[in-house]
Amino acid sequence: MGVSSKLGNLGVVTTTLEQAVNWGRTGAMWPLLFGLACCAIEYMSSQASSYDLSRFGMELNRATPRQADLLIVSGRLTRKMAPVVRQLYDQMAEPKWVISMGDCASCGGVYNNYAIVQGVDEIIPVDVYIAGCPPRPEQLLHGILTLHEKVKSERIADWA
Amino acid sequence: MAVATAPQSIEEQRRWEGSLDQLRGLVSERAITGETMLLNMGPHHPSTHGVLRLLLELDGEQIVSCLPDIGFLHTGIEKSIEDKSYEKALPLTDRMDYLSPMSNNMAYAAAVEKLLDLDVPERGQVIRVVCLELARCASHLVWLGTHAIDMGAMSVLLYAFRERERILGMFEMLSGQRMMSSYIRPGGVWRDVPDDFLPTIKQFLNDFPAKVDDYEALLTQNPIWKDRAQGVGVIEPDVALAYGLTGPALRGSGVNWDLRKAQPYSGYETYDFNVPLGEHGDVYDRYLIRIHEFRESMKILNQAVARLETVKGPYRSENRKYCPPLRSELGQSMEAVIHHFKLWTYGYDAPDEEIYNAIESPRGEIGCYIHGAGANKPRRVHFKTPSFIHISALPVMAKGYLLADMVAIIGSVDIVLGDCDR
Repeated sequence: MGVSSKLGNLGVVTTTLEQAVNWGRTGAMWPLLFGLACCAIEYMSSQASSYDLSRFGMELNRATPRQADLLIVSGRLTRKMAPVVRQLYDQMAEPKWVISMGDCASCGGVYNNYAIVQGVDEIIPVDVYIAGCPPRPEQLLHGILTLHEKVKSERIADWA
Repeated sequence: MAVATAPQSIEEQRRWEGSLDQLRGLVSERAITGETMLLNMGPHHPSTHGVLRLLLELDGEQIVSCLPDIGFLHTGIEKSIEDKSYEKALPLTDRMDYLSPMSNNMAYAAAVEKLLDLDVPERGQVIRVVCLELARCASHLVWLGTHAIDMGAMSVLLYAFRERERILGMFEMLSGQRMMSSYIRPGGVWRDVPDDFLPTIKQFLNDFPAKVDDYEALLTQNPIWKDRAQGVGVIEPDVALAYGLTGPALRGSGVNWDLRKAQPYSGYETYDFNVPLGEHGDVYDRYLIRIHEFRESMKILNQAVARLETVKGPYRSENRKYCPPLRSELGQSMEAVIHHFKLWTYGYDAPDEEIYNAIESPRGEIGCYIHGAGANKPRRVHFKTPSFIHISALPVMAKGYLLADMVAIIGSVDIVLGDCDR
């Protein structure tokens, strides 16, 4: 009769709503299909055959910010591009997270000059910073797992 | 300095986007009256290969005119270099054309060598050729994967990146970094190739030709691919020359111009290879040329790897005024310590001259202009980059084709916005 007859006695799992929702949110975090510079190439490497981000339910890149959960700012952010990135972030639906990938996005990197925003956190809130110029795909994966840890520890009281 | 944020009100939005009057003269009069449609493509768009913005004027689905808007990745690299000594500016050049950092290193290093009148030992030149051809393959692999995914062939990207990872692994072996290697430096290369490099590259050269056949099996005779690529984005040879196109975009129109043959550098004149040429100047011919370039690169690599085994000696110039001594010398020689200290603190003075030197990158001619100042920092450094030139020719290639062809055309000229905007 139904699922239970096929699977046998599964027993009962107890959890809190908070934990269940947070676990669900880490399972399929869709990133925005968005790249700025060099780091975007390493991000593509992470997506491709050798590193395979789909292990984390992230193979689906959404080209529209309305359907994306995660903004990976991959590369240097120029002053001309800054309003665009801010608008993309504003257009994303809650809950949303931001990973700042690479030195340039995190703090300006090697470019301390007139053209580059000294860290993407000047215009949008960032959850996880990843160092490296550019970070290896393993570093990006570590950043994503760190974000998962962060999401799992979020509290209902803070959602609103 | 305050950073501009996204517009918060409708008035601000209008100010931000500009008005139709500003476009008068750039688009046809029909766009002003509303007869044709203006469509904004980018800077956030999956198929613009970076942060390129195109303002397209469409009559139905047909492109009437196309206005590229660049500068979304302007990094101020040329200005930053003016404040650095010659050796320390090198890592910045990696980050211009981030698909083939080795070619940028080579363009810059060769220009500095020309300015200083510095010779590179033969082994250094052979290692450079190996790096440049591997970089060409790595860059073309990204082009192949993204170009195919733009046109709807999803799986090619996964195959292309599988091989690219192996090339990046070899770069890591050489330099310790996968992408931004800063390996080719003025006077030679950073260090000799490690022992396990030769077996790795031989294995790669053994495997790779079959993989190129695999890519061709997926695309070359694929009817959908041919429909999307043949007869699209045609540019005539004389127009291509007039716009200053270089690399596969020019050779696709049948113009035989490859700097490796026309102005050989790093010993390219001693290698046996062909320059593939197209006939029609369309997307399909530019695709075929890059596929053939894989094979020609393999030819060069096979010869260069054979030379790596026979040509011994220094891999970097022994001129201690310009090239740092080996680490092992530092414990034994006082002169070496002095040279090391001097080079890594002050650098070296370059003559007050202007020079220009160009090499063939995977995209085309990348040239480096240096105006020395008689001091340890240059007065002006400028890069003539292929992507900038190719973007300027996009309106010619796109005119009269359909909106869906635009992504094919952008992919086929293989632009990198970091290369264009610097």
